Amino acid sequence: MFSLPALLYLSALLFSIGIYGVLARRNILVVLMSLELMLNAVNIALVGFGRVHALSTTSGEHGGQIFTLMVLAVAAAEAAIGLSLLLLIWRRWKTIDLRELCRLSG
Amino acid sequence: MDSNLLWIPLFPFLGFLLNGILGKRLGNRAVSVIASVAPLLAFMVSFGAWRKIIDPASSGALHWDGFPWIWLDGILEIPFALHFDGLSAVMCLVITGVGSLIHLYSIGYMKGDPGYHRYFAYLNLFTTFMLLLVLGDNLLLLFIGWEGVGLCSYLLIGFWFQEDENCAAGKKAFIVNRVGDLAFLLGMFLCLIYFGTLEMSALTNADNIAQVSMETTGFMADPDTGTGGMAVITAIAILLFIGATGKSAQIPLYVWLPDAMAGPTPVSALIHAATMVTSGVYLCCRLMPLFEAAPMALSIVAVVGACTALLAALIAFTQNDIKKVLAYSTVSQLGYMFFAIGVGAFSAAFFHVVTHAFFKALLFLGSGAVIHAMHHEQDMRKMGGLRKQLPFTHLTFLIGTFAIAGVPPLAGFFSKDEILFAGYKAGIMDGNSLATMFWYVSVATAGMTAFYMMRCVAMTFWGNSNVDAKLEGKVHEPGGWIGFALFVLAIASALGGFLNVPEFLGGHAILGHFTGLHVSHANMTPEELDILHAGEWTSMFISLAIAGAGLLVGYLFYRNGSGLPAAFRSSAPGAFLGNLSENKFYVDELYAFLIVRPFEAISQLMHTLIDQVLIDRLLVGGSALFVRGLGELTRRMQTGFIPGYLLTFGCGALVLIYILLNQLAKGGAQ
Repeated sequence: MFSLPALLYLSALLFSIGIYGVLARRNILVVLMSLELMLNAVNIALVGFGRVHALSTTSGEHGGQIFTLMVLAVAAAEAAIGLSLLLLIWRRWKTIDLRELCRLSG
Repeated sequence: MDSNLLWIPLFPFLGFLLNGILGKRLGNRAVSVIASVAPLLAFMVSFGAWRKIIDPASSGALHWDGFPWIWLDGILEIPFALHFDGLSAVMCLVITGVGSLIHLYSIGYMKGDPGYHRYFAYLNLFTTFMLLLVLGDNLLLLFIGWEGVGLCSYLLIGFWFQEDENCAAGKKAFIVNRVGDLAFLLGMFLCLIYFGTLEMSALTNADNIAQVSMETTGFMADPDTGTGGMAVITAIAILLFIGATGKSAQIPLYVWLPDAMAGPTPVSALIHAATMVTSGVYLCCRLMPLFEAAPMALSIVAVVGACTALLAALIAFTQNDIKKVLAYSTVSQLGYMFFAIGVGAFSAAFFHVVTHAFFKALLFLGSGAVIHAMHHEQDMRKMGGLRKQLPFTHLTFLIGTFAIAGVPPLAGFFSKDEILFAGYKAGIMDGNSLATMFWYVSVATAGMTAFYMMRCVAMTFWGNSNVDAKLEGKVHEPGGWIGFALFVLAIASALGGFLNVPEFLGGHAILGHFTGLHVSHANMTPEELDILHAGEWTSMFISLAIAGAGLLVGYLFYRNGSGLPAAFRSSAPGAFLGNLSENKFYVDELYAFLIVRPFEAISQLMHTLIDQVLIDRLLVGGSALFVRGLGELTRRMQTGFIPGYLLTFGCGALVLIYILLNQLAKGGAQ
């Protein structure tokens, strides 16, 4: 039932959707969500590769899975910081539209 | 080998250092003692050296090998060496002797001046350089002195620098001299190329000169064959002479000397009458064999000298500033000296250098005494009748006037007579029409000299007093050192001519023999000698007559209430000539039109075109504009729109990954 290509296709699809979201959407909230999507796409790929790695060797390593947990933890932290920044931006400028937040424009 | 020679220029130099560095703290009394003792010590050393070389047992010259100075083995070897022979001995004695007197005179003249120590430091430095100029054993060392005296001249002309006029005069002297110095340098380069050395003994060596005389330069050569150019020796002589026209104020570079009168009067006496301005004549005398080998150059020297003598005398006719009269008279007398050199009478020229140093220093110091007494009034129209208030100055000034006019037996009579005879011999006796023409010019100038000096005396000392009422009763004879210097110089001016009494008057031409410039008559037959002496008598009577006529006409013109000058000026030719003379023949205006204005126009053009447009706008402003434009262009990348950055970042990452994979694939293929 396990198929690495299928997993990788899924991962690539999710990643692409994520990239699209990050690049094309104006709403910071949606951008953050798309970022989560990209992270999770990577997680899927990691889990898949980890599984292949564990099967092909006898050492019983689970590096891929462990790394995924690590990414989840970082993603949680990132989401917390991202959302609190979002909150602050909203309070200060009353907008979360990226196109209106070009204050560093040269 | 005599290292004592070094002390001659070293004493004034020590005086310069002491006064220059410590002058302000030493106080005026100490400054004047140091400043006047320094040249006096140099005078004593020179005197001692002179005593040594007149000893028949000596070789007639002292030499100090010094030390290697500019030393490129086998290519260029110039030592710092001093040479003391008859010629430099006489110069040294005149410089330190007259110089000491003028230092003493300055103590009285400069009393109370805020720049007292500065003045004496400059004066000592001048003496140093002047002594170096005459003692230097090679042209380069002479040139160091040459430039040094030019520097001191500039510093002292602009001594009262608070007034723009004085600064302008100083700058003028400096810049005009640069023109001559360029030619001098070129002459030295030619000497280096063809003689291979700058040493005086090599440059005056007959064999060397004969060898170099074969060479020609490319100048004025046939363009097809490249031959027939100007002889090297002529080129050297002409270039060195151009250098001399700058320092010795000859046409066309004489214009700085009259303006140089802006300096203190003792400076005019020392630098611009007695010593520095004669260094051009000294140069020619020092290199006599070289000049004699270039007859064409000598003709130029003669023509320039005679023309300068005439032009300056004509200008002196109408000057009202007492110092300006003397300045033009100096230019005129220097012209005489060069005329003598041009006709081959180096001995006469050098004799005139010495006597001129005496009587012109006397005249300048006399005018200084008048100016001092008149509280810095220099206009002769506001003087007159000063004979009563200044009897002693009047007497000494009269001696100077008669000496320069050529009244026997005063100094100027002998030297001027010798010059006129040299012209007479070269022109009428040897049948050279060019020399004859300029002999007439020089005779006329002799009469004019007597005339304008008489005018100067009459306007200043005789007739009715035109002195400002405010000064009435305040004009008094300056005593002390001023009187002393006048006294000694008056004696020297009266008796200086006996240094070189010619043979036909029963003398032995001592100075001429001593300096080695005298042309010997030993190989002449008695008949030839008779003709020569007859010529000398004729020439002497002519010069006596012309000097007497000049003095008499001058007296008749300017004696009290003659009214002749005004009558002359009111006639049409008189007004024309008077205006020409009064405006110095518009030479300054001509130079302004020909050189100064075009130069200023070019500078203005350079300023606007090169400086303002090219450098400021194009280069400086341009590079700023370029950077700014580049920034303008690149700032568009800085949108502040985060997804945009991310897109760029993603694309970049993709490219990197692509490259990385490619490499991996290649690595795998191997």
